[in-house]
Amino acid sequence: MSRTTNQSVAEIKARNKQLIDEVLKVYPEKTAKRRAKHLNVHEAGKSDCGVKSNLKSIPGVMTIRGCAYAGSKGVVWGPIKDMIHISHGPVGCGQYSWAARRNYYTGTTGIDTFVTMQFTSDFQEKDIVFGGDKKLAKIIDEVQELFPLNHGITIQSECPIGLIGDDIEAVSKVKSTEYDGKTIVPVRCEGFRGVSQSLGHHIANDAVRDWIFDKVNPDAKPAFESTPYDVAIIGDYNIGGDAWSSRILLEEMGLRVIAQWSGDGSLAELEATPKAKLNVLHCYRSMNYISRHMEEKFGIPWCEYNFFGPSKIAESLRKIASFFDDKIKEGAERVIAKYQPLMDAVIAKYRPRLEGKTVMLFVGGLRPRHVIGAYEDLGMEVVGTGYEFGHNDDYQRTAQHYVKDGTLIYDDVTGYEFERFVENIQPDLVGSGIKEKYVFQKMGVPFRQMHSWDYSGPYHGYDGFAIFARDMDMAINSPIWKKTKAPWKDAPRPSLMAAE
Amino acid sequence: MTQNAEHVLDHFELFRGPEYQQMLANKKALFENPQDPAEVERIREWAKTPEYREKNFAREALTVNPAKACQPLGAVFVAVGFEGTLPFVHGSQGCVAYYRSHLSRHFKEPSSCVSSSMTEDAAVFGGLNNMIDGLANTYNMYKPKMIAVSTTCMAEVIGDDLNAFIKTTKEKGSVPAEYDVPFAHTPAFVGSHVTGYDNALKGILEHFWDGKAGTAPKLERKENGKINFIGGFDGYTVGNIREIKRIFELMGIEYTILADNSDVFDTPTDGEFRMYDGGTTLEDAANAIHAKATISMQQYCTEKTLPFIEGHGHEVAAFNHPVGVSATDEFLMTLSRITGKPIAKALEQERGRLVDAMADSSAHIHGKKFAIYGDPDLCYGLAAFLLELGAEPTHVLSTNGNKAWAEKMEGLFASSPFGKNCHAYPGKDLWHMRSLLFTEPVDFLIGNTYGKYLERDTGTPLIRIGFPVFDRHHHHRYPVWGYQGGMSVLVKILDKIFDEVDKTRTDYSFDIIR
Repeated sequence: MSRTTNQSVAEIKARNKQLIDEVLKVYPEKTAKRRAKHLNVHEAGKSDCGVKSNLKSIPGVMTIRGCAYAGSKGVVWGPIKDMIHISHGPVGCGQYSWAARRNYYTGTTGIDTFVTMQFTSDFQEKDIVFGGDKKLAKIIDEVQELFPLNHGITIQSECPIGLIGDDIEAVSKVKSTEYDGKTIVPVRCEGFRGVSQSLGHHIANDAVRDWIFDKVNPDAKPAFESTPYDVAIIGDYNIGGDAWSSRILLEEMGLRVIAQWSGDGSLAELEATPKAKLNVLHCYRSMNYISRHMEEKFGIPWCEYNFFGPSKIAESLRKIASFFDDKIKEGAERVIAKYQPLMDAVIAKYRPRLEGKTVMLFVGGLRPRHVIGAYEDLGMEVVGTGYEFGHNDDYQRTAQHYVKDGTLIYDDVTGYEFERFVENIQPDLVGSGIKEKYVFQKMGVPFRQMHSWDYSGPYHGYDGFAIFARDMDMAINSPIWKKTKAPWKDAPRPSLMAAE
Repeated sequence: MTQNAEHVLDHFELFRGPEYQQMLANKKALFENPQDPAEVERIREWAKTPEYREKNFAREALTVNPAKACQPLGAVFVAVGFEGTLPFVHGSQGCVAYYRSHLSRHFKEPSSCVSSSMTEDAAVFGGLNNMIDGLANTYNMYKPKMIAVSTTCMAEVIGDDLNAFIKTTKEKGSVPAEYDVPFAHTPAFVGSHVTGYDNALKGILEHFWDGKAGTAPKLERKENGKINFIGGFDGYTVGNIREIKRIFELMGIEYTILADNSDVFDTPTDGEFRMYDGGTTLEDAANAIHAKATISMQQYCTEKTLPFIEGHGHEVAAFNHPVGVSATDEFLMTLSRITGKPIAKALEQERGRLVDAMADSSAHIHGKKFAIYGDPDLCYGLAAFLLELGAEPTHVLSTNGNKAWAEKMEGLFASSPFGKNCHAYPGKDLWHMRSLLFTEPVDFLIGNTYGKYLERDTGTPLIRIGFPVFDRHHHHRYPVWGYQGGMSVLVKILDKIFDEVDKTRTDYSFDIIR
């Protein structure tokens, strides 16, 4: 049970402020000063959460963040299924990220689709010393020979590439010409660039702009006839099938989805996106860049939406429909009405089991705010949240549309802070990533991975919400959490070895 | 609409329904610029041919689905095996997020490790300031007894000098001068995770034995008759190390397990998060110099460490991930010879039980063909076990195995009539394995989780033994070493064989007794 129950907002705020003061005490002075800017208690009515973000992580504190390569290869490019993404550099980066993100797709893997494969240049010492450009050229030849049905190649730079001065752009151009204008995209997403995955998203977006959009022949015959209802789903990685359970709703309301970025996406869909009448943007953090570019260059409006939980889904369907005529607006109402009985049944089943339960979140760049509505639909309350790699505009959206007064906010949280916060606040559920999962489960706190959906999903759309509700119930109400303390021991109270 | 609240459908069922299938078919036909299905089929068949295999094996630059990771992973694996030790990886921070995730996904356990979070400015000016701040933060926040430093390829490419950096860091007061900060350079572009294991362990022993980077007198060895034991990089470390301790105790041998991470990767859920648990004490790590002998269970994980130890006067012995009767015999006889202690009666009985089990079941394994891939030592150990079961380890492939390993494997094959048509493939990857399985099919495949793609594509049933195993739970808790470990490997293999024959579903051959 959460300790927040029955506490007034003022009491919660005071406790949270005290907690922040406490965790800062562990740091050397210089570090405490820097970390203080990333921790806050949200004040209702403020336009942002009052924390600094998108700044360098501090060495040695156990940040949860990844790198630019993870943002480009792992997030943006990796799911494009008919292209081959080469992890260019040593073997590890590609190995650790191999098929780990659950970007679902259909196809014949190894023949015409390649998402769950690990292509690497496996750099050796001689490649570092003499450069890897010749090897890269040869790799492209070998890819062409052994995987002739690939529609394109991307080169995902790992740290050494930028440090040894390789010219992957030149290799890409030469090889593209050699293979009749084949799409070959060099991506400068070396892991040391920027402060987190976030810059990798941006670099990957820019690479689409420069190496795909700018190379599409404007006079080429279109693959399909445009309609006034063509939209593109931007920023949905189809984790556990999220984009599919979203697409089905958009199609049911009368729209036509011409592209998915990038879950279950293809090169042809990327190329066709400038034909969309509207870009609908789920993960703002990772794909706002390309949406803005398409608005500027092609005049395509974009619209953020949220497909977590029935309240936000209905709001989003209406918002998307507002860009179209009455036919689509009616379609949105029809879809909302169609699924209402399902949503009522899901909530009737699960809300009584979850009512009043508290949640603490720490996820990437979207979900720390986006899933709050879904929890609220189930009667749950998010009492703490923070972004691994959000920017100020994410915290603005969070403050203005999502979090309640007194919510504890932690940006780029450190392992130590997160443990301390959870230990003291004692939420009923923590939602974060694989590195955090077992820490909190050991403490006896129910946990769901909110990057991979803990191998479940989809969570998007109406179909997904039923799964989300089931999973949260399954986590919180598992009988195992009553057994963490041996019956001959005192009542449980998690503690931290490291801090003692 | 197929979803319903009473029986919630998730991805397993939901997307197989007609609504979604129709939606996906439309998406493909209209927007994906799909390849002609006949052409997909043609290439799919072509990729199974000897001609494709030839092109595939002619690859010189591209690696596809390798079965190896990079050095720092091994270094982190070693570091957490010491009491209260936090691994500190100097370089880019994303790497550390990857190692932690990788280890957590295999062991279903927390994995604690910090990074010096170097970015562009550090690439230009070096990462000294990151280390100065980083060590101070780690020391204050997580209060480790020791911080073991290794490197990512970024720090290696720009040439950061760990020895000098740590010295400076101590001068700056980040950690006390006498505080233990062993280090190892672990470039990701050399070797693999097993190399990183080797370098990190050597770095820690060098630190304690050879004067803590010039800050303390070198230890002088006074032999105490104890045995040091090194497990190597091992996905079964939890079950294996516990089994080895049991064996040592049964034989009354005094021992030190070096890099004992069997507890930190198997902590209880009892309301308390243990960032550190168990591990080789720092005192034992230092005193390990006085041991009579050091035994490595994995030759290729200790190629530098073992000669270093030998150089300090130890007798050393290396094995190749011993699995089964003869390999365990050899291990125990070596222990007995070195220590002068007889092999325990209880172990003799366990041996007899394993032989008994193999005799009971050998008819079902005899003559079956297997493909194996994994780390070089594991491949050797498993192949040797299959040979003594009368099975044929037809293809044995190790991405991080070298020429010397291949020669050793060929020697093993030559030692048995069942090894006649078996071959070792050093430095090859799982795309090569795919061609092998299509052109020279075998009955079963042994490998890690990634083998499931090969199982799906080639129809070769996969027996999951190796690292990482992400998609099956808890196998790391059981040993594969010792006679008891051999028993669990045997049962794993048999279960798969029987499950496969029961897929016949006919009335004949669907036997109730076997």
